[in-house]
Amino acid sequence: MQKGDNDMLISALESKASKDSITSSVSLGAKASLGNGNKTPDCSCRVIKSENFSFFYGRNAGVKGITMEVYPCSVTAIIGPSGCGKSTFLRSINRINDLIPHTRTEGRLLVNGHNVYDKNTNLVNLRRQVGIVFQKPNPFPKSIFDNIAYGPRLHGVRNRSQLQQIVENSLRAAALWDEVKDDLKKSALSLSGGQQQRVCIARALATEPGILLMDEPCSALDPIATGKIEDLIDRLQSDYTIVIVTHNMQQAARVSRRTAFFCLGRLVEYDLTAKIFRNPGKKQTEDYVTGRFG
Amino acid sequence: MAEHLQKEIESLKKKLLALSATVETAVRDATLSIEKRDADLAQSIIENDIDIDGMEVEVEEDCLKILALHQPVAIDLRFIVTVLKINSDLERIGDLAVNIAERSVFLANRPGVGMSIELVQMARQAQSMLKKSLDALINHDADLAHKVCASDDIVDGMNRRMYLTVQEAILRNPEQISSLIHLLSASRHLERIADHTTNIAEDVIYMIEGRIVRHRAEEYK
Repeated sequence: MQKGDNDMLISALESKASKDSITSSVSLGAKASLGNGNKTPDCSCRVIKSENFSFFYGRNAGVKGITMEVYPCSVTAIIGPSGCGKSTFLRSINRINDLIPHTRTEGRLLVNGHNVYDKNTNLVNLRRQVGIVFQKPNPFPKSIFDNIAYGPRLHGVRNRSQLQQIVENSLRAAALWDEVKDDLKKSALSLSGGQQQRVCIARALATEPGILLMDEPCSALDPIATGKIEDLIDRLQSDYTIVIVTHNMQQAARVSRRTAFFCLGRLVEYDLTAKIFRNPGKKQTEDYVTGRFG
Repeated sequence: MAEHLQKEIESLKKKLLALSATVETAVRDATLSIEKRDADLAQSIIENDIDIDGMEVEVEEDCLKILALHQPVAIDLRFIVTVLKINSDLERIGDLAVNIAERSVFLANRPGVGMSIELVQMARQAQSMLKKSLDALINHDADLAHKVCASDDIVDGMNRRMYLTVQEAILRNPEQISSLIHLLSASRHLERIADHTTNIAEDVIYMIEGRIVRHRAEEYK
């Protein structure tokens, strides 16, 4: 049985001790050098490039021959039927799939020009700059403050006022500050589902990632909480490269600028969202978005 | 959910076909009433327009319901948007048939002025365009829709010739000026019907090919 999302995240974060000595090939805080699309020139978000990338669970390919470029400072949605490989691809970007035994990859998956599957990759640094938010809100059983401060503390931030500033900034960025600023010592688990998910987003933002991966972030939330997360995604996209996997096609249409349609582990079509949902280039995409198969 | 949507779309198609058949009949009868100088037929077109108006409202309400409840995308979205636009064009064509019928009622009670042959030819051309544009919609035939767009110029040319002919006839027979002006108006109504038919064909092209071809008349010259 695979590990739960929370376990995977904790394992990924706490792998620091054994990985710290590995040379960091992806420098933190670097400005995006690849400019393309709708972003400001000094935008700090990263570009993701997949070159004939395949991911195998044992002998079975989760995704096969994916070649696509995720544009910086915009939202890219990945849609497709269950088992099409969209989550596999998403989780490959920060190598959280490494925690699953008997897996291997082919091709290259580049974050800001660096192949994340390169043997020199510092996983701690990679996961610091590529944050992830899962389907089910998974705050740690700690206070709101400690949840947000968890990542920065792991990365060596000890100064209390600096941590306070990071927590405030992250909660503000996640549109949660006004709701919890007087209760930072309260357990994150006491919050509503939508608030918990925003705690998770704030926790991901606390390490100043350039890329935010979202694996069906609203599927466990009610429409009001979903609306808040979607508004948040809209606000964050000017500063972050966001990749969102969603089963909700209306959500993909609402929040993303580009949409990739995956089917049976392959990338079928990747284009502007407006085109995918108005006039897709492939019949298979049209059949899927119109609900004729899937 | 997709099955529900498909059922709604099928039902909408049937309603649109019923509307288009009624409008086609109105245009045909309006022309016939001028040709045969049949005021009763013309009067029935005027009275039956209320049916077209009712059908148009029903089709529009169905489109809005589908948009609100199913949020269609891709071909389904393009189909609904196309139906909304074609629906308006069909209703306007129905109104123009009424306008022709009103001219027909006037002309039927006056001495004949000739020229009805030219008008009938023009009407046949407009009716043929209407039929083809609706066939293109039903059969998803973009080529046929392109042909309809290209043939709009033929009706425009006929209308211009009718203007010159009427102008000469007024100079020759000034006592027939009222009848001749009504005849010219009928010609103008037919030309407008052809324009709306071209709009329908352009919308069909959008539905099939996903590209907007309006305001590109030069492509068909």
